[in-house]
Amino acid sequence: MKTLAEAEQEIINDFALFDTWDEKYQYIIELGQQLPPLDDKFKNEEHKIKGCQSSVWLHCYRDNSKIYFRADSDSTFVKGEIALLIKVLSGRTPDEIKNTSLHFIDAIGLRQHLSMTRANGLASMIKKMKEYAEV
Amino acid sequence: MTAEKVKQVSMNSEIIRIRNDFPILQQNVYGKPLIYFDNAATSQKPRQVLQALSEYYSKQNANIHRGVHYLSQQASEMYEQVRVKVRDFIHARSEHEIIFTRGTTESINLVAHSFGNAFVNKGDEIIITAMEHHSNIVPWQLMCETRKAVLKVIPINDNGELLMESFNQMLSERTKLISVVHISNSLGTINPVKQIIEAAHQRSIPVMIDAAQSAIHEEINVAQLDCDFLAMSSHKMLGPTGAGVLYGKMELLEKMPPYQGGGDMIQSVSFNETTYQNPPFRFEAGTQNIADVIAFGAALDYLNALDRKDLLRHEQQLLQYAAEQVQKIDGIRIIGTAKEKASILSFIAEGVNAMDLGMYLDTQGIAVRTGHHCTEPVMDFFKIPGTIRASFLFYNTINEVDAFVSALEKGITLLNKK
Ligand SMILES: Cc1ncc(COP(=O)(O)O)c(C=O)c1O
Repeated sequence: MKTLAEAEQEIINDFALFDTWDEKYQYIIELGQQLPPLDDKFKNEEHKIKGCQSSVWLHCYRDNSKIYFRADSDSTFVKGEIALLIKVLSGRTPDEIKNTSLHFIDAIGLRQHLSMTRANGLASMIKKMKEYAEV
Repeated sequence: MTAEKVKQVSMNSEIIRIRNDFPILQQNVYGKPLIYFDNAATSQKPRQVLQALSEYYSKQNANIHRGVHYLSQQASEMYEQVRVKVRDFIHARSEHEIIFTRGTTESINLVAHSFGNAFVNKGDEIIITAMEHHSNIVPWQLMCETRKAVLKVIPINDNGELLMESFNQMLSERTKLISVVHISNSLGTINPVKQIIEAAHQRSIPVMIDAAQSAIHEEINVAQLDCDFLAMSSHKMLGPTGAGVLYGKMELLEKMPPYQGGGDMIQSVSFNETTYQNPPFRFEAGTQNIADVIAFGAALDYLNALDRKDLLRHEQQLLQYAAEQVQKIDGIRIIGTAKEKASILSFIAEGVNAMDLGMYLDTQGIAVRTGHHCTEPVMDFFKIPGTIRASFLFYNTINEVDAFVSALEKGITLLNKK
C-alpha cells in the first residue's frame, strides 16, 4: 500500500493532467460513480454528517489498529470528494489521520470551485474523519 | 419578411446594443462565453453606472447635508436628485416619501421595527405569504416576538399561487399589516398585489410590497397600486450593491419612530431631550451610501431610456422558450407554474442532485443558482431540498437559452451514468 504522502501525490499528479475545471469536474463525478456502495444499514441519522447540505453518511471502523472509512451521499460530486478522501485517509493509523493537513485539496485547485455550503460540507467530513481518529 | 419577423430582428439588434453596455457580459469564463442566468440574485451593471461611480469619487466625493463647501453641496444635490428620480420612477407623490436604505432587507427591517413600535400590540396580527424571501419573514418574526404579535401566512397551491380565499378569511380587526412579495424569487409567481391591497384597504389595513424582484421587470406605480410601503434593492436593477429604497406613505412615516439613531436624523440633541427630523431624514442615520445611491440614479436613467415594455416581452419569450425546451428533457419538473410569471425558471431533475448539476453548468460558463434561494418554506411546501434556478434579464438571448438547454442535457446524462 502507498503511503499517505504518496497517495496525495498521486492525486495531485492525476489532476495535473487536466487543464480545465470542466475536466476536473468530470473526473470527480467519475470517481463518485465508482465509489463502492455503503451498506444501507449505515444510512441513518447516527451516521449522517451535520453541516452538509447534501445528505452524507459516513461509517468509520477500526481493524488491526488501522482506520477505515466508507461513505455515501445523494450528491455524486460529494461522493467524488469522499473517494479522494478515502484514497488518502482510509487504512491509515490514527496518528497519520490526525497529523495530515490534506494539502492535496488546495494543490488540485478544488476549493476555489466550491460554494460556501459545499466547502463547509467538505470541512465537516474531514472533521468527522479526524474526530474518529482521536478516540 | 413578415411584420412579426421585422420586429424580432430589430429586437435582436436592440439586445445586442444593450449587451454592449455591460462589460462583464463580454468575458469568457473557463474559456467559454459567460452566460449569466443568475439575475434574480443580482443584475449586472452597465458602463454608465460604473462611470457614475468613478466620476463621483473622482470629482464630487464629500459628506452630504453637512458641509458649506463646494464639493459637499454638489454631492448633496446629486444625492437628493436621486431621491427625485426614485420618486418619479415609482410614481410617488413626494420625494419625502423616499428613504434610502441598504436594500430590500433593510427596508423591511425598518418597517418591522418602526411600524411595529408605533402600531403593533399584543395579540395583533401581521400577514405574509408562504412564498416570502427570508428577508420578508424573519424581520416580522423578530417584531412579533418583541411586540407579542402573531404572524399569519397565506398558503399557496401546487402551481405556486396564493390561495386568495384563505387570505380573505385571514383578515380581521387584529390585522395590523400585510407584507407581500410582488414577484417570488424562487417561483417567479407574480402576485395579485393590487387585489390584496384593495381587500386590505377596505379594512384600513396597510400593505407593504417587497418589490426586490419586480422593480426591474415591471413598471412600479405606487400611486396606482396604492401600497403603503414598498421595498427594493438597487443591485437587482442594474445599480450597485449596498443601496436600496423604502417607499412609505407620509401619513404613516410621520407617525413612526426612528429605526437607528445617529448623525443627520436629528433636529437637536441634548441630554434632556432629543428631537428628530421629519421623514425621510429621520430614517437615514449616519453617513449614507452616497456614491452607490448616486450610481443607482444612473441605473434609473439607463432603465428610463429603454423601451421597457418591449424588453419585458423579450423576457417573457425567453421564459416561455426556456420552459418549453427544458420540459422536453426527461425527468425535469418545473417548480412554480403560476399563470402569471416573471422570467424566473426554477426546476429539479429527477435523480440528479441540484448542486451537482449547477456545478456542471458552471464548468460550461453558465451561471445559475441552486438551493433554496432564501425561501426554505417554499422548498418545504414542494418537499424538495432546493431547485436549479435560471433567471433571465432583457440582456439575455435565445442563443444563450439554447446553450443552456444543451448543457443541461449533457450534465444530466453525465450525472445519470451509474
Ligand atoms: C423577493 C426578495 N425579497 C428580498 C430580497 C432581499 O434583497 P436584498 O438582499 O437586496 O436586501 C430578495 C433578494 O434576493 C428577494 O429576491
